[in-house]
This record gives sequence, structure tokens and C-alpha cells, in this order.
Amino acid sequence: MKFSENWLREWVNPDISTEELVEKLTMAGLEVDAFDFLGDNFSGIVVGEILEAEQHPDADKLRVCTVNVGDRSDEDLQIICGAPNARKGIKVAVAMIGAILPGDFKIKKAKLRGVASFGMLCSSKELNLGEDHDGIMELPVDAPLGQDFVEFMQLNDTEIEVDLTPNRGDCLGIRGIAREVGVLTQAEVNEVRVNSIEATITDVLPIELSAPQACPRYLGRVIQGINPSAKTPDWMVRKIERSGIRSIDPVVDITNYVLLELGHPMHAFDLNNIDGGIDVRMAKQGEKLTLLDGQEVKLSDDTLMIADHKKPLAIAGVMGGEFSGINAATKDVFLESAYFDQVAIAGRARQYGLHTDASHRYERGVDFELQGTAMERATELLLEIVGGEAGEIIEAVNTEYLPTKRSLVLRRARIERLVGFAFEDAQVEDILTRLGLELSANAEGWDVIVPSFRFDIDNEESLIEELVRVYGYNNLPMRKPVAEMTMYRQPEDRVWKNQMREVLVDRGYQEAITYSFVEPELQKKLQPDQEPLPLLNPISSELGVMRTNLLAGLVQAAKFNLNRQQTRVRLFELGLRFDNSGAALAQIPTIAGLIAGSRAAEQWNASADKVDFYDLKGDLESVLSLTNMSYQFEPTTMEILHPGQAAVIKADDKTVGYLGKIHPKLQQELGLEEESFVFQLDLEAISERQLPEFTPLSKFPSIRRDIALVVDDSIKGGELIDFIVKNGADLMTDVRIFDIYKGEHLEAGKKSVALAMTMQHPEKTLEDSEINAVMDTLIQGLESRFAASLRS
Amino acid sequence: MADQDTSLEAIIEQAEQEIGAIEKLPELDQVKAKFVGKKGLITAQMQQMAKLPAEEKPKFGAKVNQAKQAVFKIIEAKQKELKDAQIAAKLAQETIDVTLAGRNVSRGGVHPVNRTLERIESYFSQMGFEVSEGPEIEDDFHNFTALNIPDHHPARAMHDTFYIDSERLLRTHTSPVQIRVMEQQKPPLRIIAPGRVYRCDSDLTHTPMFHQVEGLLVDESTTFIDLKGILDEFLKQFFEKDVKTRFRPSYFPFTEPSAEVDVECVSCGGDGCRVCSKTGWLEVLGCGMVHPNVLKAVNIDSEKYTGFAFGMGVERLTMLRYGVNDLRLFFENDINFLRQFN
Repeated sequence: MKFSENWLREWVNPDISTEELVEKLTMAGLEVDAFDFLGDNFSGIVVGEILEAEQHPDADKLRVCTVNVGDRSDEDLQIICGAPNARKGIKVAVAMIGAILPGDFKIKKAKLRGVASFGMLCSSKELNLGEDHDGIMELPVDAPLGQDFVEFMQLNDTEIEVDLTPNRGDCLGIRGIAREVGVLTQAEVNEVRVNSIEATITDVLPIELSAPQACPRYLGRVIQGINPSAKTPDWMVRKIERSGIRSIDPVVDITNYVLLELGHPMHAFDLNNIDGGIDVRMAKQGEKLTLLDGQEVKLSDDTLMIADHKKPLAIAGVMGGEFSGINAATKDVFLESAYFDQVAIAGRARQYGLHTDASHRYERGVDFELQGTAMERATELLLEIVGGEAGEIIEAVNTEYLPTKRSLVLRRARIERLVGFAFEDAQVEDILTRLGLELSANAEGWDVIVPSFRFDIDNEESLIEELVRVYGYNNLPMRKPVAEMTMYRQPEDRVWKNQMREVLVDRGYQEAITYSFVEPELQKKLQPDQEPLPLLNPISSELGVMRTNLLAGLVQAAKFNLNRQQTRVRLFELGLRFDNSGAALAQIPTIAGLIAGSRAAEQWNASADKVDFYDLKGDLESVLSLTNMSYQFEPTTMEILHPGQAAVIKADDKTVGYLGKIHPKLQQELGLEEESFVFQLDLEAISERQLPEFTPLSKFPSIRRDIALVVDDSIKGGELIDFIVKNGADLMTDVRIFDIYKGEHLEAGKKSVALAMTMQHPEKTLEDSEINAVMDTLIQGLESRFAASLRS
Repeated sequence: MADQDTSLEAIIEQAEQEIGAIEKLPELDQVKAKFVGKKGLITAQMQQMAKLPAEEKPKFGAKVNQAKQAVFKIIEAKQKELKDAQIAAKLAQETIDVTLAGRNVSRGGVHPVNRTLERIESYFSQMGFEVSEGPEIEDDFHNFTALNIPDHHPARAMHDTFYIDSERLLRTHTSPVQIRVMEQQKPPLRIIAPGRVYRCDSDLTHTPMFHQVEGLLVDESTTFIDLKGILDEFLKQFFEKDVKTRFRPSYFPFTEPSAEVDVECVSCGGDGCRVCSKTGWLEVLGCGMVHPNVLKAVNIDSEKYTGFAFGMGVERLTMLRYGVNDLRLFFENDINFLRQFN
């Protein structure tokens, strides 16, 4: 809600500055977003008249004007002006020598193409009063010569913009703001006097309330014979324009004026476009209406509308129809002042892509007793400005659905219980009475009657809120909460997200946060086997679907960095992925990472090698080692990964993640400059660890035996180790591969795997003979299982 | 006798000269043999003793021994000198440039938003608030209805909601976690709920995804002035500064009374600057006493229990804490930006 401070001060004029006023509003919950003093940034501008405008001798586009500024100067001023509309006889805004224009621009005596100029004729843009820069401002012919421009335009005013919360619909008018200011400053509020207008004609229209729940009260009035050529008076134009509504024509301006003044929307129809009478009914599904803004809408049956006996006229509380509204030739008017139920109007404007000053108010609620006042006020202004003859107010009302004033109970003890502060009774009574509430004391506190304009106050808590709000939140003390000292569960078998983060951070990763919605094409490329969940109303097509894995964001982040001269990228992210493949949507906590580029940051002592599969696997193993569970890596094929460098990660035979190299074809399609390696893991798989369990240490020496096996290249090292551990007579405490060799001295397609085995018995020293027996069995087993041979 | 004395002195002098001139250890061994070896000069003098009368023998013997000791001393001194020089040379050779970078020093970092989240979590954990999380694709009931935001409430329009379908949406705030916790657990309750939230809005100061932390405390004696106390303390701790705070009435459908909390601008100290739009204050939090309708929706007796809830924007707090001036940087994941928080 934007309004003019001067207008507000006509209603309530506390002895405080604009700054103090703004502060009071903000601290009472009517947050002032901006306030702008209109006459702030210029001075020395006066009303003048162009007496002569002659062609400049040396410039086609310039005119030499003789300007009369009344008693501001003994002589007429010679001013050079380039505006095409500078002509004899018009009144203009003259910036005299020494004047200051917005932007601290000082007017000095100047010479233009050899002719002296003693000032400047201003355009509205130069004065920050509009965008019109085509010519100079033309002032009304009766503008008094020599008057200070700020005074003439009444620019000693401030536009104040309040960001109202949706509960304060009552403050969507000057009257509401004035009441609030009255409460806060204890200044008297001068309610506008609204007089009942006596009917001078007998014309009426029948009004039917076919949807009384949505519209329990509808007031109409016929006004005949207005003057279509009347103009809206300047004072009204100023007020509505400073409240952010453009002046259109006197009838519309008057309805808008009442809307701004009282906070109550009005509508005016051209009487001659109404057939028969008014019916306030629900729309028929599919019924069509062309609105004031020219668009044709198809109505749905949840929409309340104003219709006549033949056709729809308007969407109730939102916008009128194009063909029933006021136009330049309108002589007979039908005025509407209606109470529409908040719930019936809420969401309707949005449904049709609209938002109007009326819908904004009806959605937040209007005073259910204000319709008559608004009608009288609008009639009075109409008769005064456009003339005509008014008929009786026609009132249709359904009391069953019309709200009544609320009665609430406020308990003294509840105030203290909720706020933690005991108010004195007198304070409670003073504040709430000032707010317009009627209080009567009872044993526990008060019975309270809420005025019709505070329809937002609907329970005991909202009464307490009002009390505290006016008292001032900042005038209340602060206290530190007191609670029982309780120890909270700290499960030792839990692995925390922070720990996972720290592992990767220690290994050189930067944590990324990427959007949970991604480009559909990209997501499909990175997970072809799943249809991602689309958003109904994405912000753009690039952010159209919920991610099915975390790779799209990481790939984009990697690209962003590789394209900006980063030679080494290590990124990870934690977040949900949205798996839509099952019967129900699964939101799965996930950790994923991507590495690309050099293994180490470029440095004198580091090799410039690029990362490979084992770099990523090592990092991942570090993360996995946060738990002390065992995980298996098994070769796999995934469309997005290199067929020879891809593995799934399994825990208890359940797949919990994967890692591998981005398929070279995909890498190219994605436009990734570097070979990239990715992993993704379900967080759940690493969220628990086993508690340590002691096993006695062996006092006997361990023995190490090394062997080199020649096997087919396709045999996986992991399989060899598994076999040895399983067939090692429970003696193997450590089995590891310390070398792999391919090439010279070996058949093609073969490799030599060097294995170190450490054996230990818990209760005795192992004899050579025992070890030899174990080794013999093992080697035979390896020969038959893997066709392995000992390398000589 | 005098002759013999003279020759002993001459030998010592010769030893001094020859040994003094030596520069390498192996040479010293050779020279050592020349003087004190089996065929050395001193040994030769010893052999002369046989020719002397018996009464002179002991005296002469003593003199030769003295001379031998003297030569040994010279040799030892030289030996030490040469060994020291050798070590010094080795050390000199092994000297490196200690200013060069160490091996594999690069460490990464946690995202600044999560860094802030971790700080917030830690302050509230100390006070017994447990961390709870909820789904990001929420249903209409938890995101709106249960929070006292019925259909067509104007607050819904203000939330710029992303919809999946008529029932499901991306949560617009972390407040639905309150409901999920209260459905499962009974008071007393102390939780905070950090996480991603979504609004269909994107410009200089809005991203369609951002982070919030929701806090909730429900107990038998919770009041508005407790809420003021806890948030005032939190903000002072968060900024590690004795910042002023102020509480302004506001409106959230799920709290009543509701407030917005401002801190004195951490950039200008309240004088007014670009960061605070010249107001001297920065809005950082929304909060209030849990609305009785919300407690009713989860079957908590609002006569017995009261609660407070608060919500804060993590990006905003991060920007203010570290002076970041562009919200969108948080989601570009530019390594040069992220590294600044390592």
C-alpha cells in the first residue's frame, strides 16, 4: 500500500516528523518499504508563461523564449529552449538562475549558439515527476505566475510505501492507516464526514443474491445524467496518483479514490449496458467474459460473478467486463458496493492471471459493515464532480451469511503464560480500547467485542498479539529459556554427515551445492534408464525436472570450472536425489563426487599426471572406511560409464552406489574438456558403523610369503585376494597385491600378479611345514580355479 | 743424549708440518704410519734405546713416549678437524630450499552455506536442540494446511510454490518439519531443521533454491520473552559481536504473536549503508509463538503447552558474516569462490 503523507495527515496529524512516523509504522508491524519526499531534490523552480517563442538565429531546433515569471523577476527572462512544444501562451515550469534540479544540477547563465539564456524550461523527467521527455511540462492555464513550483504542485509531500502483511487488509486504505497511527501516537483521528445522499430520482434495479454465502450483501445505486466531459479535480488526481493508481476518468477515479480512502473496493457500470437487473451468482462452467483489460476468459464454476439477466458483467471482486464498464459517453451509472466473502474471492484473480486493487483487498478481507458508507461517499463525490441525480441505495442482504462482530474472551493468566510478562489491567484495557475493541471485565479477564474492520482478530492469541504489538515488542524484557538438563542420545554407531564431508575435504575436495532441479535432457543423458519427475511450473526449462542422481549438477559445476582455466577439479555434494522409478517416489539422501584434470595441483615436486579410476576409488574407500563394514566393488556396465572402468559398490550384496569413468562418448556430448571420474553412494550405506569389538592379540610371530601368479588378464585382483583369504586355513591376517606386470617375457593376454600373504596363528608359532602345506593347497586351488601358474 | 733429544724434537716438528698439510682422511693414515707405525720414525727411535746404557734407558724411554703421545695428539686433532670438515661438507651439500611448497598440501573445503549451517546447528545443539530433517518434495498438508495456511490463503500466493502435481510440491520453507516432528513426538520438544527450500523466484536477490534453518521449542512454560532471549543470544554468538537486535511485529499464519528480527547492520554498525539500504538494520529472522491451530493439527494441548518457532535464511546470514555481495555465487560452485572459505 502506497499513500501520500499529506493525505494521511488530513486524517491524523501527530506532532512527529516523517521519519518518526515511518519508524512507528514499521515497529508496529506495518513495515515501511520506502518513503520518498517528492519535492526533495529541487529548488528555485517557479511557474512562468512563455510570452514569445522565436526561432534561434543559428540553430534550427532551438527557440528563444521570452518568459514572464511574475514578481520573481523585474524583467521577463530570455530562455533558450529545445523542446518542440515550447510555444507562446503556455504555462511552464521555469528553473531560474541558481535553481537546483534533481541530481544536484545547478542552473547557471549560459550562452547557446551565441544567444544568452537565463534559466531553463523543465520537462517532467528533468524534475523526476514522470518519464515524458518529449517536451517541457505544460502547466494548467490558471497556474499563478511566479508561484513556487513545489508549492503549486503540492510537492511538499512524501510517498510512503507500506509492505502490509496479509492479515492487515484493514490498512489497505488511508482510514485504516490513520486509525493505526492514532492508536500508536494517541493523536486524534478525523474520520471523514460521510453524508447520506437523498434520492432525487426513483430509478432502481432489482438485485438478486444467488450465491449468498459468497456474497451476502450487495448495494447498488443508479445515478442518472452525469456530465461525461467533466474532469477529475487536481487534488484527487494527485492523491490517487501518489498512491500508485493512474487517473483514468472521473467516475473510475472516484471509485478508486474511495478504495484508497476507505479501503473498500467499488465498481461502476454503465447503466445502459445492464439488462434487467443484477444477479450475483456463480459462473457457469465455460462461460465467457471479456474483461476490462481486453482479454477473454473462460470462467470456471467456482468463480463468483456479477451478471445481469442476460449476460455476465464482471468477475466479482476482481475485474469488470469490457462492455459493461464506464466509457467516455457514459451518462447513467450503476454503482456497486458489495461485501464478498474472502474465501470466495481468494485465489480467483490468480486463477485468471490477474491481480487488481479490488482483488488484493477482497482476498484479504474488507470491513463487512462498510458497504453503505462507501456507497454514500462515492455518491457524494460523484455528484460533486460529475453531477447527475442519485437514486435510492438498493440493498440486497442475506443475514445468514453476513459476518457479525466477533466476541472473544481474553484471560489475564493466558497473557502472562504466552508472553512471559504480566501487564496491568489498565494497560490491557487502554491499549485494546484504543484499537477499537469493546472490553467488559469478567473474573478471569475480559469479554471482548471486535469491531468489523478488524476481521483478522479471531482468537485469544491475536488479542494478545495486538496488546504486545502496541505495547512494543522491544519494550518487553528478554529471558533465557529454562529447561530440564537432559542428556541427549549420541549414538556411537552413527556416522555424521560432517565426518563424511571432512574426509573428502581432507582429500582436496570442494563441496558444491547445486540445484535439485536440472535440465531434463542433461538428466536423461546422465541417467538414461529413468524418467525424471517434472515440475508443473519450472522457473525455466533448464530447471525443469527433479534430479534422479547428483551428477548433472556436478558435471555442470565441473564444466564451469574447467572452462575457467581450472586444471584440477574435485567436487562433491550431499543432497537428495529423487527416484521416480518405483511405485512411490523415493527421496534418497546421497553423496556424489567428481574428479577431473591433474592428480595434484601443479607444483615443482608433483607429477603432472591426470587423475584415474584409482584416485577416485581411493577417495571413496576413505569415505567408506568411516564405517568398519566391508564393501565389494564389482565390475559393471552402465551406459554413462566407460565399460572397462566402472564398478558397483555393494554392501551385504545390496548395491549402494557406483563409480567409474564417464564414458568418452558422453564426455564429448557433455562438452567436458577433461576425462572425468564420478561416484555416487547412498548415504544410508555409510551412516552406520559397528562398534569396535576386542579380539585377543596373537603373541606369536607372523610369517610372510610372496608369490607371483601368471593369470589371464581378465582375472580380477579382488577375486584372487578373496580366494586366498577364504582358502587360507584361517591364518591369513593380510593379503595384498604389491605388483602387477604385463609385457615382455609374458604371453599376450596374461599378467603377473605379485601377492604378499601374512599368516599368523593365535596360539602357536607356525612351523615351516605347516605353512608349506597351506601354500601348496592354495597354489593348487589357484591353478584349478583361475588357471594360474606360479611365475618362475 | 742431547743429539737424541734434538732428533725427537725434530720428529715432532716434522709431524706437525706434514700432518698439518694433510687435507684428506686417507692421507692421514699414511702419514700416521710414517711416524708411529711399526716402521715409523718414533718406533725407530725406540729401537735406538737398545744401544743406550741401562741407566739412561728409562729416561730416554719416557722421552720417546712423550714424543709419541705428542704425535698422536697432532694426529687426533687433525682427524677431528678433517671429520668435522667432511660432515660440514655433507650438510652443505644436503641443504635445500625450505621455502618451496610441501608435498600434497591441498585441502578442500566445506561449502560456505554448509559452514554456516554447521555453526548454527552447533549453537543450538549445545542447548539440547536435536537436528531433524524432512522431505523436500512435500505434500500440501504439511507445507500449508497443517501450518494454518488453508487453501487460497493470501500467504500461499506469497510463497511462489513449485508444484509437482495437485498434491505435491517442493517445500517452500522448513516449517513442515515442525509438523512432522510433532506428529511423531510429544513435548517437551526442542528441534532445529536445516535444509533446502524452494520458491519460484529468480533475480539478483532471489534464487529458486535456498536454505533455511527452522527451530521449534514446545514446553510447559515457553513464552515470547524466552524467544526474544534465545534469538538475541544466538545473533550475538553468530556474529561474535555484541550486536543490537530488534523485534518487529509481523505475520506468519503458523505463529501468533509473530515477529521479524533485525540486527544492527554488521557492515556499518547501524549508521546506514548500502548493505542495510541506509536503515541501519538487517532483517535476518522470522519467528513467533506457535499458533494454537498448529498445535491442534498435531494433537498437542495448547492450554498445557506453548511453543515458539523461528526460521532463518542461511544464505543471508552467510553473506552478512563473510561479506559476500552476490547471492548467486553460492550455486555457481566456482572453485575460486569456494576456496575462499577453506
